[in-house]
Amino acid sequence: MENFVQQLINGLSLGSIYALLALGYTMVYGIIKLINFAHGDVYMVGAFVGYYVINYLNVGLIPALLLSMTFTALLGVVIERVAYRPLRNSSRITALITAIGVSYLLQNGMIYLVGPGVRSFPQVVNNTLYQIGSFQISQMQLLIFGTTIVLMGALQFVVQKTKLGKAMRAVSIDSQTAELMGINPNAVISFTFLLGSALAGAAGVLVGMYYNSIDPMMGYAPGLKAFIAAVLGGIGIIPGAMVGGFVIGLIEVLISGYGNSMIRDAVVYGILIIILVVRPSGILGRHVKEKV
Amino acid sequence: MLQVKNLTVHYGVIEAIKEVSFEVNEGEIVTLIGANGAGKTTILKTISGLVRPTAGEIVYQEDIIQKATPRAIVQKGLSHVPEGRHVFSGMSVMENLEMGAFLRRDKKAIRQDIKKVFDLFPILEERKDQDSATLSGGEQQMLAMGRALVSKPKLLLLDEPSMGLAPLFIEQIFRIIKKINEEGTTILLIEQNAAVALEIATKGYVLETGRIVESGAGKDLLQSEAVQRAYLGA
Repeated sequence: MENFVQQLINGLSLGSIYALLALGYTMVYGIIKLINFAHGDVYMVGAFVGYYVINYLNVGLIPALLLSMTFTALLGVVIERVAYRPLRNSSRITALITAIGVSYLLQNGMIYLVGPGVRSFPQVVNNTLYQIGSFQISQMQLLIFGTTIVLMGALQFVVQKTKLGKAMRAVSIDSQTAELMGINPNAVISFTFLLGSALAGAAGVLVGMYYNSIDPMMGYAPGLKAFIAAVLGGIGIIPGAMVGGFVIGLIEVLISGYGNSMIRDAVVYGILIIILVVRPSGILGRHVKEKV
Repeated sequence: MLQVKNLTVHYGVIEAIKEVSFEVNEGEIVTLIGANGAGKTTILKTISGLVRPTAGEIVYQEDIIQKATPRAIVQKGLSHVPEGRHVFSGMSVMENLEMGAFLRRDKKAIRQDIKKVFDLFPILEERKDQDSATLSGGEQQMLAMGRALVSKPKLLLLDEPSMGLAPLFIEQIFRIIKKINEEGTTILLIEQNAAVALEIATKGYVLETGRIVESGAGKDLLQSEAVQRAYLGA
């Protein structure tokens, strides 16, 4: 039982990271029906920005997070503007292939710029362990979990309560009708990329600190798993991405803890296949029938 | 107020609208009637900037608007209620109305205008926190119209407000359209249901495969043999 609770704690902190990433996938999908496969690499860039600002500007965790989020937010907006917007009216497969291209561009661009090697992330947080009863939680885990909850709360507020957030939902429901309200869909799409990429940047910094190592290929696997989390929760549905992220994190940790850590990734990818067969609309998804 | 001059619209190589001209004067209810595929919706979409014409001119209060963005056109006081309602499902009735006021900054006045919409459609106030997808067809039509009204339009474009509604609802909706008009909003109304549309219209145009084939005062068209034969089944 103690072990189980311990695994839950680990799973929640890993799940937080997936959830932050999954939010970006799901928001972008919700608004332009594109699986943005470059999203995992935006997260990698975020980790590197965190690495550089901590090492060279000697800033603490919060400024590093904010700087990294700002940088990736802009990067996301630029990617959309340059790579996806010109393809807005072409077929979805074209945009999807472009997204894969952007992903490779970012990976290899970073390898060119910083080299392929693995770097150790500077430790800005003391790795204190808190003993609660018979299980322990590290300061790092609390921080990841706390940051994630704050960011999700902020996102939920923006999407539900602000004018721009409501416009985002309107565009994702019915872009043409949103235009009739005077909403400029392109501005709203840029804003979506900005939000999603900022969250990815935060996730990158948090992961860098948690695993203490970063490299230009680090975005690949978490990117895929976050995508699976988004599908599991119901792609296009924001709370779904949060649920999916936590579920995938928990499953991964529990498989490693009780089963065989070798099959951990296989199980996660298996979940994608199962969910697509059994319930393609995801945990929180539902079939929407158009009412005429 | 609105002049459409020799408007031609293509979808690819298909000519959907052929040199259509008509005029809407301030304070009028003008209706375009015609069967499915006559090009009614295309004309409205072109006026509101969603579709670009290949030729012709749209003049709205002295401005040439056929190249303006939908956003700029809404800003000028032209609001379009699309065919099939298109309420934002998943968003509450209140949020839908707020979207109608997207370009407005005057919060207090917006609240008053939302209240006016509630006076016009009391059922919407009862359901203001409900998901708009759960409304009935007639209620969705009311919401779509209310949403457009919150943008304070000078000219309201209505695309088939009677579509799929029970006769009782149609009667109610048209009574309200008349009331909106009496309160100072000019209306361009598109309908398949020629009888109800011509009943309240100052002026009507009959559209057939992208061309205007007849026009006249609403009551006159209602008596016209051609319209009777084609649309009223008499």
